[in-house]
Amino acid sequence: MAYFTQQLINAITLGAIYGLIAIGYTMVYGIIGMINFAHGEVFMIGGFISLIGFIICGSLGISSAPIAIVLVLLLAMSFSAVYGWAIERTAYRPLRGSFRLAPLISAIGVSIALQNYVQLAQGARPKPGGQVVSGGFNLFTADGFDVRVTWLQIIIVLVTVVLMAGFTWVIAKTSLGRQQRACEQDMKMAALLGVNVDRTISLTFVLGAALAAVAGMLFLMYYGVVDFFIGFLAGIKAFTAAVLGGIGSLPGAMLGGLLIGLIEVFWAGYFSSEYKDVAAFAILVLVLIFRPSGLLGKPEIEKV
Amino acid sequence: MGPRLPLMLKDAGLTAFVAAALGIFIVGFRTVDQGGGKGLGFDYHLVDLVVAVFVIFIGRLGLSMAANGLRWPAIVLGVAMIVAGASPMKLPSGFLHWFVALGGVLLVIRAIWPWASDAMGVAARTPSGVALGKAGTKWFGWLLLAAAVLMPFTPLADQKTMDLGVLILTYVMLGWGLNIVVGLAGLLDLGYVAFYAVGAYAYALLSTHYGLGFWTVLPLAGMMAALFGIVLGFPVLRLRGDYLAIVTLGFGEIIRLVLLNWFDLTNGPAGIGSIPGPTLFGAVFAETPPPGKQTVSEMLGIAFDGNHRLIFLYYIILGLALITNLFTQRMRRLPVGRAWEALREDETACQALGINPTNTKLTAFAIGAMFAGFAGSFFAAKQRFISPESFVFIESAIILAIVVLGGMGSQIGVVLAAVLLIGLPEWFRDLGSYRMLAFGLAMVLIMVFKPRGLISHREPSIRLHPAGSGGGG
Repeated sequence: MAYFTQQLINAITLGAIYGLIAIGYTMVYGIIGMINFAHGEVFMIGGFISLIGFIICGSLGISSAPIAIVLVLLLAMSFSAVYGWAIERTAYRPLRGSFRLAPLISAIGVSIALQNYVQLAQGARPKPGGQVVSGGFNLFTADGFDVRVTWLQIIIVLVTVVLMAGFTWVIAKTSLGRQQRACEQDMKMAALLGVNVDRTISLTFVLGAALAAVAGMLFLMYYGVVDFFIGFLAGIKAFTAAVLGGIGSLPGAMLGGLLIGLIEVFWAGYFSSEYKDVAAFAILVLVLIFRPSGLLGKPEIEKV
Repeated sequence: MGPRLPLMLKDAGLTAFVAAALGIFIVGFRTVDQGGGKGLGFDYHLVDLVVAVFVIFIGRLGLSMAANGLRWPAIVLGVAMIVAGASPMKLPSGFLHWFVALGGVLLVIRAIWPWASDAMGVAARTPSGVALGKAGTKWFGWLLLAAAVLMPFTPLADQKTMDLGVLILTYVMLGWGLNIVVGLAGLLDLGYVAFYAVGAYAYALLSTHYGLGFWTVLPLAGMMAALFGIVLGFPVLRLRGDYLAIVTLGFGEIIRLVLLNWFDLTNGPAGIGSIPGPTLFGAVFAETPPPGKQTVSEMLGIAFDGNHRLIFLYYIILGLALITNLFTQRMRRLPVGRAWEALREDETACQALGINPTNTKLTAFAIGAMFAGFAGSFFAAKQRFISPESFVFIESAIILAIVVLGGMGSQIGVVLAAVLLIGLPEWFRDLGSYRMLAFGLAMVLIMVFKPRGLISHREPSIRLHPAGSGGGG
């Protein structure tokens, strides 16, 4: 029981990170119907900017962890958002109206280019850092096994919950959210009614990139290391999460993230850690075969 | 020019500002290990960043000038950039010299592009131009083939060139195989390398464990890969384009992870070594014959030369690639081949006409996989050592890029793209680690500027009203 609880706590932490990345996939897919393959790379860049931010904080003598975290969070979110904007502007916008696989191929190109760009600029080796929060407390002890919650895990879940709540509010209540939902339903009609479609799509990418950057920062703090290749796996798992929850659905992305976290951690904890990625990929394949609309998604009717 | 210049300057300024925001942390602050347990520190590259941002400013300015018809100022800027890049001026890194000079070259090309395309258009419309164009499309393939067949007999054929030739032909074959899936049937397969891996491991395992020869295993490997294609394809081919792409990517990764972790069968990350090479009528390519075997030089009565093995490999892969091409050309004339192309254009209409989309897609998927299997067992026989390292996602992306750059569905385009994408980087070793960066950017640029690929014209496999019969054409 104790082991199970411990794994559950770890799984929720991991699931929170996947959920944050998954939102970016789900929003972009909802609005322009493309898989933003480069989203995982934005997450990776967010991790790197956070790493650099933490080192700068350290050299400026900011020793208070909360201040450092908030500063780095803002830094990573704003500068990764520029990446999201620039990617959309240069690689996807010119392709609107091209044949349907063109944006995906372009996205793969962006992903390869960004990975190699970071590898060239920052080196191929894993970079350790970002461990600004340590410690935790014992929840309970059973069967001679301490169930531990670290402060970091609490911070991760807290940040995720706050951001997701804020984000749901943005989509549900603000004019940006209304415009986004309008574009999602019918882009032409929205444009006729005076919604600036280009701007709305750009903002979708910006918001998605900012959330991915938060995920990157949390990932760095949790694992204490980033490298140029983390975006690939995390991106695919987050995409799996988005599909599992029902692509295009925000609560679905959160639920999917959580489920992928659970599957991965419990698979590694109870079966074999070598095959934990295989489990995630297998889930992706199975969901797409048996329930392509996901858990919370609406079945898609193909328009001719 | 007057009132537009401030707008252009503003636009270039904004671009430079965005570039600075993108680069400031990732490029400007390079994290390096300080050693001695002090953790990470910075290696500042801010001068590089400033130079790069300035170049981007000039480049963007030149591009908008060219777009607004100010060709001469754009050419002047471009030439100035080339001169600056080639000058012995001290820039912080060699890459910046390349960056400046290449930017200048691109700018000049962009500026003279309208003239060049006008001139080419005019030339192509003259009677001799039309005749040349027709002869070109008709004979170009044969010329390439003749060059490929004769290549080993020319003085060019040293070991390095032959190695490169084998490599390019391997990718041509893979490109042609994937072209069936992506180009003809319109299924985006991001896990193509998995079938390549199946073929390679099939030959490696059967030859090292059971002593089977290359020519025995070759068809088996193809069948095995096709079987994998059917088993993997059957459940997923109902999915729409981009979902299918992600699922095939997932399958590709699953196969790689299994190869990596199934230690008893595949020897894990250490890979499988000492795989025998292909034989010629039972004779091996070696200086001294292994017990009970004959070497090729003994059989033919010629002096031993290490290059013979390479030439032999070259002709094997040339033959395999040509078989792939011929097979595809024939398939396109059969009902199933036409169904592939029809399915690519409109799946719903096909269903309405009674074509079973799943079965049709499955044949394309399986046949594409089979050719990857052939190429895989050739790869294993050539390398004599394989490990899961050779079958990563990026390989699938490279093969896909070849097909896309060539112009999906165009056979000759695949050849040109393979020479361009595989050959050029090998010749320009200077590019080194910048190769993949350029590769990714090229994929984006092709999609943006030439989404139909190098050879965008595709002759339809059937015409309702053949030219000259009085129909609409």
